[in-house]
Amino acid sequence: MSAIAAPLPTVPRESFLTQGYTIGSWLGTRDHKRIAILYAISITLFFFLGGTAAAIIRLELMTPQGDVVSADTYNKLFTLHGVVMVWFFLIPSIPATLGNFLVPLMIGAKEVAFPKLNLLSWYIYVLGGIFTVAMLIAGGVDTGWTFYTPFSTMFSNTHVVLAAMGVFIVGFSSILTGLNFIVTIHRMRAPGMTWFRLPLFVWALYATSLILVLATPVLAMTLTLMVIERVLHVGIFDPALGGDPLLFQHLFWFYSHPAVYIMVLPAMGVVSELITCFARKRIFGYRFMCYAILGIAAFGFLVWGHHMFVSGQSVYAGMVFSMLSMLVAVPSAIKVFNWTATLYKGSIVFTAPMLYALGFVGLFTIGGMTGIYLATLAVDVHLTDTYFVIAHFHYIMVGGSVMAYLGGIHYWWPKVTGRRYSEAWGRVAALIIFFGFNLTFFPQYLLGYLGMPRRYHEYPPDLQVLNVLSSAGASILAVGYVLPLLYLGWSLFKGAPAGPNPWNARGLEWATDSPPPQENFREVPTVTQEPYAYDPEHPER
Amino acid sequence: MNATKGWILPAASDVAHRVDHLLFALFVVTGVTAIAIAIVIFVFCLRYRRSAQVDRSNAPANKRWLEYTWTLTPLAIFLAFFAWGAVVYAGFYGNAAGAMPVFVVGKQWMWRLEHANGRREIDQLHLPLGQKVRLVFATEDVIHSFYVPAFRIKQDAVPGRYTELTFTPTRLGTYDLHCSEYCGTDHARMGGQVVVMRPEDFARWLAGGGTRPTMAARGFETFRRLGCSGCHDSRGSVHAPDLNGIWHRVVHLQDGRTIVADEAYIRDSILLPKRDVVAGYEPIMPSFAGQVSEAEILDIIAYLKSTTPEPR
Repeated sequence: MSAIAAPLPTVPRESFLTQGYTIGSWLGTRDHKRIAILYAISITLFFFLGGTAAAIIRLELMTPQGDVVSADTYNKLFTLHGVVMVWFFLIPSIPATLGNFLVPLMIGAKEVAFPKLNLLSWYIYVLGGIFTVAMLIAGGVDTGWTFYTPFSTMFSNTHVVLAAMGVFIVGFSSILTGLNFIVTIHRMRAPGMTWFRLPLFVWALYATSLILVLATPVLAMTLTLMVIERVLHVGIFDPALGGDPLLFQHLFWFYSHPAVYIMVLPAMGVVSELITCFARKRIFGYRFMCYAILGIAAFGFLVWGHHMFVSGQSVYAGMVFSMLSMLVAVPSAIKVFNWTATLYKGSIVFTAPMLYALGFVGLFTIGGMTGIYLATLAVDVHLTDTYFVIAHFHYIMVGGSVMAYLGGIHYWWPKVTGRRYSEAWGRVAALIIFFGFNLTFFPQYLLGYLGMPRRYHEYPPDLQVLNVLSSAGASILAVGYVLPLLYLGWSLFKGAPAGPNPWNARGLEWATDSPPPQENFREVPTVTQEPYAYDPEHPER
Repeated sequence: MNATKGWILPAASDVAHRVDHLLFALFVVTGVTAIAIAIVIFVFCLRYRRSAQVDRSNAPANKRWLEYTWTLTPLAIFLAFFAWGAVVYAGFYGNAAGAMPVFVVGKQWMWRLEHANGRREIDQLHLPLGQKVRLVFATEDVIHSFYVPAFRIKQDAVPGRYTELTFTPTRLGTYDLHCSEYCGTDHARMGGQVVVMRPEDFARWLAGGGTRPTMAARGFETFRRLGCSGCHDSRGSVHAPDLNGIWHRVVHLQDGRTIVADEAYIRDSILLPKRDVVAGYEPIMPSFAGQVSEAEILDIIAYLKSTTPEPR
């Protein structure tokens, strides 16, 4: 590649970013790319709100005594952390930001199918967010993000209804986003873009959208029933009124287990894009990867009862759910093996996005394997509701989903903004996050095995060393999360122009300007080959 | 005799050993696999880094046999762990014959425990070494969970029903007891100790603490005070089933079902008498919900049990 012959890239004069500079041009936009940015800003605010709650929790757990905040405040903090991180960050994270921006670009479409609904979904998200912030200002809620009855309906004296309203409302933004993607992917693919030419990111978002549309209404109904019992004392879940508390758990996890796949499937999609690009390889076993995505989405609906092995549900129900949980682990294993095989005979460069992607594979593998421990009935009896569970799902949701989200943000940053970020700082931040994450959460596996229950404001003094390690890790992790704000913010104004395809990547999104024009493509692209047409012997092509 | 010593968790029950074997097997299998995957990724990353001059020709994009291998092999391993875990799990709820019953009532934020002879404890549970124990759980308010890490046992106490667990303590000592289902303000303080004693020490301890009525005797008191005996007595004027010897008897219900008179049935009959009406009787019994505590219901059950001759 001759450096002299290549003209220096410039930021195009016209792009979706230049279509109006007023606040109104953003708040009234129907451009999926601008809506993606609105979402990105909002979820970042909530991420740091949830992160602040986590920071206070880790500060409290530095010592065995409850000496930083009161027990009630502590209970409100972990509830806030859970509610905000699950519903206001993780669930919308990749779908509503990267998904909104990229799905139309990747399939060669001008827009999503329903641009107005897309904007509406963001406003619904904001309304839900307002309820959540109002709940916080009013004094918080102390039920845990799981809202277990009868504690939430008959015993808690906090703002349960406000919190439930916030979650209820934000659910509709998920449903609209899911609906939009399903119709867009079915109806708006460019000529030649067959189902098996779709990038895996699109497959992953398609499966995620199905879950969003099918599972979220169950959450809405469950929360409605919970509020009805709390406010009107209609006996649904409280046995004192003639209800059944296990019914709540069944309904809640019928949504909330598939919700885990809402959080991790898009991450798997991102990682497939990153690994292929930076190994210059076709994805290994493309079709198996597609089937694995669909398999996870389908089986994910059948395993909710594994949250209830010690709840008093029947022994036989426990066995059925345990076995089905083992089945859902298989497609996850397939994906890890296929990513690994993709590296074989590649031409690998370790850019910041690639570091995040490799970090994802490692952490997701550990999180997934410890999921097998928890799916094993007798072992779960000991480990459930301890820090082992906390470590397990943070390996999936933070080590997995957040790593992939950040990897995706770096990878597509030049596409969205037209500018490059500092690769050196990007790598440093990725390594800090990887190290800080492991130091935070690995000790929690040990704490869980040693019997430290979750949601504990105080704990036995023997467990202090591991807790201090975890808190130290959290402070490193916090630095790692603030860093990208700084160098990405800097890049926004001072970054070198990226040109349309700085990574030399395949995929239609790279076949247009960076940032893309408002209509995405100057002419409708035609697709003639499978995705990931990389050649490791000629990485420059 | 401390609860947890540093980073090693004692295994103090028969269940604990079985769970630890399973955990160890999981640890070895997942650990070896994780390290193998890590090594392969590391080697690929090193060997196929962009600057390395290596053969990259004819890289396969898929291999059917390889996909099937790494689909079916994990499936077989996972199912093996499922089966092993299920067998051990079934043991927690299985054969309770010859087990010593202890009744556990959770309440924000304490554990009340009661032995059959009427000895009560709060946030402490004394158990004899080597004696199979059957714990029966109830709660006065929200869901709690009874968790003894050293025994590797955990069971939720759920409003509106009884849950149970069977195990045998196998090691002398004092072990931590926690509540592991979030239950409000002082959730983290809801706990205490389990003390495993030599059987002779336990017998002495059980007999100590002053004279007191047994659970059954207290149950009889409650049975009379609430007026149960007015109807449920062979000499009663109202037409109600005679409860003498009811324990573990098969009861025929009005709607054709049959049910075994166990703890859950008796509890339901006191609180929700319309649910399981005995064949041949009018549904005239009022509910005693709100008038009787979980502990009193357990006493009544103990009394009804005592009216039945020793089984087998």
